Amino acid sequence: MTVAVVRFGGSNCDRDAVRALERLGVDADIAWHEDGLPADTQGVVLPGGFSYGDYLRAGAMAAHSPIMDEVRDLAENGVPVLGVCNGAQISCETSMTPGAFTTNASARFQCEHVHLRVENADTPWTAAFDEGDVVQIPIAHGEGRFEIADEAYETLEREDRILFRYCDEDGNVTDDANPNGSRGNVAGILGESEHVAVMMPHPERASLPELGLTDGQGVLTAFA
Amino acid sequence: MTAYTATVTVRLKHGVLDPEAETTQQALERLGFDLEDLRSADRFEIDMEAADADDAADRAGEMADRLLANPTIHDYDVAVEETE
Repeated sequence: MTVAVVRFGGSNCDRDAVRALERLGVDADIAWHEDGLPADTQGVVLPGGFSYGDYLRAGAMAAHSPIMDEVRDLAENGVPVLGVCNGAQISCETSMTPGAFTTNASARFQCEHVHLRVENADTPWTAAFDEGDVVQIPIAHGEGRFEIADEAYETLEREDRILFRYCDEDGNVTDDANPNGSRGNVAGILGESEHVAVMMPHPERASLPELGLTDGQGVLTAFA
Repeated sequence: MTAYTATVTVRLKHGVLDPEAETTQQALERLGFDLEDLRSADRFEIDMEAADADDAADRAGEMADRLLANPTIHDYDVAVEETE
């Protein structure tokens, strides 16, 4: 499978994503957004970073880049798409995924290790885990607080589309374990199809054994 | 066609947490100001040629719908004036 990691001006986790995927044996390459997606694209990563300097809102500008029409078309045809951090913000701005990731309750940029509880292990992104598993995948964001209208949130829960919630090391989903004030401690969700996922924590930063954490491999394995 | 300036004000929906406004309020209070509450908003002033004020308002509203506001967290309003 060839995975296109979309680079916008200001993306900065694109090379990390390629490296993490290659380590899993997945063929991956960077696609500059103005060049469009390669014809053989069989997976897409929208990587972290600060596309367009986070002008207006994080992800708002990149969401209207023409390449996002291609990404949406592929997603509708069952091609796996993963948005990480800024990629998650972009995806929500395009409405590929519901809700919005906005300013942390702390009003600060937070770069830290967090624990996540796997809420649904029956998806390509979480098949490597069991429901209830506690995994460690770090965050690095200033705008990661998940906000969503009541009705849309109920839909997410009813359809089992919440992938991860922030929790403590024992798997308890508490306010203290919520780093950014996200509704329901939500850290990652599915789009309308299980092929589309977004998450604020960075799986590509928890994939290389020499750096310590490897739980991110479980997420990226969806592309293998 | 007439020259108009459409002013789009984008603010957080009632009930959506505004950490930046809270931080700003705290900073003002540290400076000794006495205030009950503080809300922040983004304001965009858009110059355009339009057939009439309604046309200008419609176009500015579409800009807000498509880009300037995020309907999940924002409300907006549009005010139109002829440009002097």
